[in-house]
Amino acid sequence: MPQFVLLWTDAALFALILGVIAYAWRVARSPNLRATWGRVLHDTPAMCSAVVLLAFVLVAVLDSVHYRPALPPAPGAAADAPTAYSPVTLSVLDAVLTATVPAAERSWSAPLATRQFTKETELVDGEPVRDFPRLQYGGAHLADEAGWAADVTQRAVLGLAGGLAAAMALALLVSLLLALRWRLGWREACRDIAAGVTRVPWRAMLITLGLLCLVIGVVAGLSSGYHVLGTDRTGNDVLVQALKSIRTALVIGSLTTIAMLPFAIGFGLAAGYFKGWADDVIQYLYTTLTSIPGILLIAACVLMLQVFIDTHPELFPTAAQRADVRLFMLCLILGFTGWAGLCRLLRAEAMKLSELEYVQAARAFGVGHGRIILRHLLPNVMHIVLITVVLEFSSLVLYEAVLSYLGVGVDPSMNSFGSMIDMARTEMSRDPMIWWNLLAAFVFMLALVLSANLFADAVRDAFDPRGARFRVRRRRAQRSPA
Amino acid sequence: MTGYIVRRLFYGVLIVLGVNLFTFVLFFAVNTPDDMARLAIGGRHVTTEAIEQWKVQQGYDKPLFVNAEASGTAKLTETIFYERSVPLLRWDFGFSDAGRDITYEISQRAGPSLALAIPTFVLGMFASIAFSLLLVYFRATWLDFWGVVFCVALLSISALFYIISGQYLFAKLLRLTPYSGFAGGWDMLRFLALPVIVALVAKLGPEARFYRALFLEEAGKDYVRTARAKGLTERVVLFRHVLRNAMLPILTSSVAVIPLLFMGSLIAESFFGIPGLGSYTIDAINAQDFSIVRAMVFLGSVLYVIGLLLADISYTIADPRVRME
Repeated sequence: MPQFVLLWTDAALFALILGVIAYAWRVARSPNLRATWGRVLHDTPAMCSAVVLLAFVLVAVLDSVHYRPALPPAPGAAADAPTAYSPVTLSVLDAVLTATVPAAERSWSAPLATRQFTKETELVDGEPVRDFPRLQYGGAHLADEAGWAADVTQRAVLGLAGGLAAAMALALLVSLLLALRWRLGWREACRDIAAGVTRVPWRAMLITLGLLCLVIGVVAGLSSGYHVLGTDRTGNDVLVQALKSIRTALVIGSLTTIAMLPFAIGFGLAAGYFKGWADDVIQYLYTTLTSIPGILLIAACVLMLQVFIDTHPELFPTAAQRADVRLFMLCLILGFTGWAGLCRLLRAEAMKLSELEYVQAARAFGVGHGRIILRHLLPNVMHIVLITVVLEFSSLVLYEAVLSYLGVGVDPSMNSFGSMIDMARTEMSRDPMIWWNLLAAFVFMLALVLSANLFADAVRDAFDPRGARFRVRRRRAQRSPA
Repeated sequence: MTGYIVRRLFYGVLIVLGVNLFTFVLFFAVNTPDDMARLAIGGRHVTTEAIEQWKVQQGYDKPLFVNAEASGTAKLTETIFYERSVPLLRWDFGFSDAGRDITYEISQRAGPSLALAIPTFVLGMFASIAFSLLLVYFRATWLDFWGVVFCVALLSISALFYIISGQYLFAKLLRLTPYSGFAGGWDMLRFLALPVIVALVAKLGPEARFYRALFLEEAGKDYVRTARAKGLTERVVLFRHVLRNAMLPILTSSVAVIPLLFMGSLIAESFFGIPGLGSYTIDAINAQDFSIVRAMVFLGSVLYVIGLLLADISYTIADPRVRME
């Protein structure tokens, strides 16, 4: 039995998922919120991107269940000796990937290659020969490389068939559930879905899901024998790195906005409601904070954090914990430096709301300040908070890449899109070029950010139909780094 | 008007003081000079004597805020806070940890930074406005739809990809421009062409979409309908009425950004090897040179405050309805 480890970001991520579920329950019970979210549910691009986003979340959750595997008992140990656990912290995703993807090579190799990218000297029949050596794991099952094309095709077709079967099974399951829900026969439900007349775009969602299944099927089929996206300089599979980067990106995108909410909501509502000197002080605070160049402030905080981690090694026993604390603190730092925009919006809105009749009436009835803020103001600004949270997500994912490139992002031992791009940057100038690292980061990031953007746009349109553009405009120096 | 500006100026000074205090707390109180010394010396060479020596060398051997051993005003002036913060207000940035004059470096590097930032800013704004006007002109057609899709796709791509693929395409494949580097005189054009183009493409997505929303909002107003009703062509309506009215908020909000152009752009400068303030900052972050980082934070916040002031003034000039309170 392995020992489960709950890292800080794991706990935060699970708490966040629970929070989202609780929110969904609340939405289902409130007719008002249900109508608004209904507009998102009926938006085709948004729901297709939601399917893609869910797939990403699934990978991140798998990657967030960490454990330390039990080591086999030492030879000669007593039978009742306590089980020793490996010092390496693994996640469920690691376990799945080590079972399916070929192990690490020695150096670069191109996607689906059977030979290494760089030449090495080997001894063949006692003679030193300089050649591209065969990979240890990728394509190692091939006795003769002439059968490569046939083997790749066979695996791809098998994977495609598997993906197709999975897509069919999922479609069947979804249609059965929908038929039950609509109290229709299965045939009629399928007809409605296929005709695209359902209000929630089930047909488009099922097509997206099917395509996703097919892609995953082909990749899984190929990676049973090859490195589908090649390997990097130290021989690690690029596909594995990209998959593990997803969790980092999601944690940064979601936890950061959560971290900035307490500051933004607390200060924003207080400034807008109390006005007077409280407003002056809070305005001064956030103007001071925004006037410091964003990247420099973050860099300074991260440098300080690094010094703290370096001088207190006893607090963080394993490397995974150290990397995780750095990620967690990075989210807090980004949240701490980024709350000003939302605070400004909430202040203006609270100022407007506190002049309305119902707030005046509550005040006339002698309701306390705290109660007015909590019961009357907060629920009426939640749509701004929600819009900001979903809009900020994608820009934070992009921002992480910039920060990692600057060396103030996540721990170098932690996989992230930023570190992948950073590594790929120097490899582009080699000849022949090493393009697969960059391509992998590009494709995964584009899929994640594009679907997040499409979903966020739908949420904004639903909650802000007048198009008042509650877009937090971060400092330009920060937003468009190029 | 004068009273208003003076009041805003005073507020700006207050903010700069706040930034100064905040960065000082961030840099010195969270980590003591001992920690910084350990970091700077590094590894196995850390001994008590080495730390003391480093602190004396860098001038960090005094108390942080209050010097109990001194008398009179020296109680406050013989401290790290006084020695490190007050010169900043006099534009004296002192020396970097590596022993170079920061003020001189900044004056040397502001030129290349501006040479990249100004064309990027002007051309970027022009390109984004032109593109968004095109979309607004063809609104509710397939061109508008795919234009917006194009914008969303553009803004979903990290700026790093634009730089890397731009370098690959223009410098490696087509051999039109050098990879990176900088030179004075007319050669500058050759070196700056690629960074400017890349920055234009990277900015086009978010900005064109933003401007499109702005123009559409303006185009839905009553006076625009009146203009159309009296028989003006769509072109005249768009350029003479919509553009002119929508440009006002765009221009006044971009006034706030102009002073910040001095700071240069971190990523582009370090990728393209332009010796500006952005790459200076990055080098300082990588070398963990706190003096330079503090100087740049101070410079950035002063420029930001100037930008705020300019924006306030331009609002009142551009729109007489805004009263100065």
